[in-house]
Amino acid sequence: MIVSIASGKGGTGKTTVAVNLALALSHVQLLDCDVEEPNAHLLLKPKVNQVKPVCVSIPRINEEFCNHCGKCAEFCEYNALFVSAEKVLVFPELCHNCGGCAIICPNHAIVEEKHQIGRIKIGIAGKAELVYGELEVGEPMPVPIIREVKKQIDRSKNVILDSPPGTSCPVIETVRGSDFCLLVTEPTPFGLHDLKIAVHVLKNMKIPFGVVINRAGVGDKKVYEYCKEEHTPILLEIPFQRRIAELYSRGIPFSQEMPEWKEKFQTLFNQIERQNTK
Amino acid sequence: MEREVSDPFQPDREAEHQMKQITVLSGKGGTGKTTITASFAVLAKNAIIADCDVDAPDLHMLLHPQIMETNKFKGSKSAVIDEAKCTKCGLCREKCRFDAITENFQVAPLACEGCGVCTIVCPASAVTLTERISGHAYISKTKYGLMAHAMLSPGESNSGKLVTLVRQNAKILAEKENADFIIIDGSPGIGCPVIASVTGVDVGLAVTEPTMSGIHDLERALQLLKHFNVPPIVCINMYDINRDNTEEIIRFCEKSGVQVAGKIPFNPIVTEAMVEGKPVQEYALGSDVAQEIGAVWKSILSVLGI
Repeated sequence: MIVSIASGKGGTGKTTVAVNLALALSHVQLLDCDVEEPNAHLLLKPKVNQVKPVCVSIPRINEEFCNHCGKCAEFCEYNALFVSAEKVLVFPELCHNCGGCAIICPNHAIVEEKHQIGRIKIGIAGKAELVYGELEVGEPMPVPIIREVKKQIDRSKNVILDSPPGTSCPVIETVRGSDFCLLVTEPTPFGLHDLKIAVHVLKNMKIPFGVVINRAGVGDKKVYEYCKEEHTPILLEIPFQRRIAELYSRGIPFSQEMPEWKEKFQTLFNQIERQNTK
Repeated sequence: MEREVSDPFQPDREAEHQMKQITVLSGKGGTGKTTITASFAVLAKNAIIADCDVDAPDLHMLLHPQIMETNKFKGSKSAVIDEAKCTKCGLCREKCRFDAITENFQVAPLACEGCGVCTIVCPASAVTLTERISGHAYISKTKYGLMAHAMLSPGESNSGKLVTLVRQNAKILAEKENADFIIIDGSPGIGCPVIASVTGVDVGLAVTEPTMSGIHDLERALQLLKHFNVPPIVCINMYDINRDNTEEIIRFCEKSGVQVAGKIPFNPIVTEAMVEGKPVQEYALGSDVAQEIGAVWKSILSVLGI
């Protein structure tokens, strides 16, 4: 089963839930799809045994064949090409790597070349396999790296996907194809507002979901009211406790120091399995 | 509405001396960007506020903007297959690099990036690109000044382009109002919307927290600012949840030559203010949090030479 962990609002505890859930299971694979700011490895401290570069294809102009007709620039929806009378300029950071310019060029003057935008790392932490990606700083597009991370999915295992925050394309790419999504929120107005947006996305994608409330006890009760009205199950509550916050700050998954939580995360997973077979 | 706008990323010489742009960013989510931005909106007397977190915007819940103008954001296109013309040859599926064409030749809207490759490879001319509305941009009034903000439709792409539109709107407002500042609330991460939020600004305030993740993500956020030649300044939020890590951040910043403008303590009053829908600076002016944010604001002014 593939379970993704998403939120909407950043900093609600996605990685905390993902890591503690992974530690509670056996035969498990955790894929950190927040390639802009990956954090799961800071808590799991894996032994990395494989690093793979992630490249995208960007156009290179063979000036010898180019007659500056401008068809490539006209085609490109992202303004990644600029054709003047003497020269063609390529802006790699705008390119979406669709390959269209090479197809449309009547003079076959465009070839594609590799441009590295990041890497993925594969490692082992205890019983869990960890895969995570890193976007090169300054590169704008995380999605191709998320795709590479997800290529490592081993369907025979319990797969946990840790999503980036927000509700735009990197999140879609992460949760796409998962059997269940856990939405981690906090009981505050910001948490609720962004939870609603995330719920909207998941309903559109027809992915079943449930909610984890982190820092329970702070803020107000509106998240609970919302979940009740929407018939959205609250599958776990993690209280706001200084101990949990401190352990997190030191990079320690709290269920390792508070063993009663290991069982709670196991129960959480069993609940998801049950929800999913309904 | 069509308007001639200057490029917001190329500060024109004349305006440069008057108007300063400040972006609040963090790398890691949930470190307190919006809390701090809202307080800056109270502190800055003559500012335009821009919420550039367009896929999960929260600032409006503290500033309560009254919308004066709404513009549709046509940021992306989508392929449409004419079933009557489609011969199901499969070329579009083969050439699409975004897996956006399903086995029964439907376009998966969330996967389609609107590149148009399918339109040029289709031998039956059965595919066209249509513009889609992928969000809205707003210009609003708040009691703290005018505000440019937006809402990306859930699940859409091209958030960077919408951020650029918000910044253009903010710049137009700033010129019209002769504003001293544009205060920009960024989104988490370091990808396209964040890049679009930081390019060309006068200072980037990186908000961090003393956790392993906070430190890791701060390093990447500072690298991003350096990459785009944006002068950095750091503030540590909830510094007292781990004082050792706070010390480590301070040492790291000293070593990197980055000023730590303030240490904001953990205080439940921040969440209380959020529940009340008010900036901390208004809800609890005398609190340690509000005072420290005030000190951070002063440091920013001095970095800007004001």
